[in-house]
Amino acid sequence: MTQAVAPEKLSSAEAFVELQNVTLTYGRGKKTVPALGKTNLRIAKGDFVALVGPSGCGKSTILKLVTGLINATSGFVFVAGREVGAEPMRVGMAFQNPTLLPWLTIRKNVMLPLKIVPPFRHDYRRKRKTEYLDRVDALLKQVGLDGFGDKYPWQLSGGMMQRASLCRALIHDPQLLMLDEPFGALDQFTREELWAIMQDLWLTLKPTVLLVTHDLKEAGYLANRICVMRSRPGQIIDDTVVPYARPRTIDMAYTPEFVSMTQRLRELIVSARPAKEAA
Amino acid sequence: MNPQLRRRIASAVLIVAFFVLWEVLCRGFNISDIVLPKPSQIIVTLIQRFPQLWPHTLQTLYTTLVGFGFGILIGVLVGMLVGSSRLAYDVAYPLLICFASIPKVAVVPIFVLWFGAGSVPAILTAMIMSMFPIVVNVATGLATTEPELEDVMKCLRASKLEILWNIGLPRAMPYFFASLKVAVTLAFVGVVISETVASNRGIGNVMMIASSSFDVPLVFAGLVILAVMGVSLYVIFSFIESRVTGWAMRKDEFAMG
Repeated sequence: MTQAVAPEKLSSAEAFVELQNVTLTYGRGKKTVPALGKTNLRIAKGDFVALVGPSGCGKSTILKLVTGLINATSGFVFVAGREVGAEPMRVGMAFQNPTLLPWLTIRKNVMLPLKIVPPFRHDYRRKRKTEYLDRVDALLKQVGLDGFGDKYPWQLSGGMMQRASLCRALIHDPQLLMLDEPFGALDQFTREELWAIMQDLWLTLKPTVLLVTHDLKEAGYLANRICVMRSRPGQIIDDTVVPYARPRTIDMAYTPEFVSMTQRLRELIVSARPAKEAA
Repeated sequence: MNPQLRRRIASAVLIVAFFVLWEVLCRGFNISDIVLPKPSQIIVTLIQRFPQLWPHTLQTLYTTLVGFGFGILIGVLVGMLVGSSRLAYDVAYPLLICFASIPKVAVVPIFVLWFGAGSVPAILTAMIMSMFPIVVNVATGLATTEPELEDVMKCLRASKLEILWNIGLPRAMPYFFASLKVAVTLAFVGVVISETVASNRGIGNVMMIASSSFDVPLVFAGLVILAVMGVSLYVIFSFIESRVTGWAMRKDEFAMG
């Protein structure tokens, strides 16, 4: 079995995201809950890493740590060689719910990051009706939402809203893309369709992606590396490289090798569960 | 005929029927003018006494709008403060309820004591009456903003002010407009109360004097004027509401426009 902290093989110069002995404890005083045990993780620039594991194992916690939404109790989180939060960086995030703003059209929803994030915000007033508009429309077209820019979120299906949400996460050309189970609430066919779209987006824009998911097939299809986590405290117990060439197809997910890989990961997650029940 | 048009016609018919029934009952039972004047008579009074009523109408409209304007201003500011954080909401809410539950008629004499009779107490009464629904609604709208929507902005490193401007305020708009419709009618109530108690101008004052001299048709003419002004303002704010917050109703007309 490939052992836990495999990324140590990588040289630190390559690491775009690096977690060094990071722990996180929720609560204060006697009532503390260890959410994340000592965790080390390195992600190379432009890589696509999936975090899988039982629910409550701290997968989303890692996302929040890397984006700087929460601070580590101990240890360090580095992004692009600097401690997180030290310097503004461009992060895109897509959640399980599309979280589109219901009072804005799809186009304006997708444009929102350009209004907030530097350096785009400085030219927002000048370019929102020209350059930025074209940029948004091009991205919408790429995910198959051509012509839906003027619709409101409630007029779209769940899958379409999630596509718009992906566009919003990517419009400002983020260095880091955080995906917190963005396909979790969709039906099987829509989900597979969106995997293909996500892969295309990654291949063209090449952001560094961290994907949290429950779906091993999704992790295998999309990611270059799959990190398996166990819970209480959350810890990375396995790090597997997914060898398949790009672009991948959904048929690939039904080959025996792929199935045996997901099977092994599944057993790892199941075997990691008793620890949770004992606690 | 589409169902919406049918409903509108039905409600118009109901309004006309109400006044026709009133007229018929007054004539049929031969009810005295001093008890309940006929609608036809009220209209005649309204037209005949119009030059006399007009300045008072303007006075009432003016004080209502000024008071309502201040009510909106202070209401929105206080509402934003109270709704800005869970803590502020929990801490300030009991005091707000405490103030809101005071019958506002009771404070008119205090205003008269401080500022003398006239426009000022009327404006102040309109203001405090219209303020509370706005405060409570704006605060509730802000306080119930989905944290997920805020997370979207936090990931982008948006400042507190940017979050308020882009998420909080648009999210609170439907609440704000719902409260405006209530608040504008309350502003009228406030003004009329104040004019009745301490003023020598305004429709409230006219009605007060008319009733003490048993000029009942004039009292009802005053009522009609108040009703017309109240309904007009309600309609204006409903219109603005549907233009601004149609997304909340998921109206297709809004999406087209």
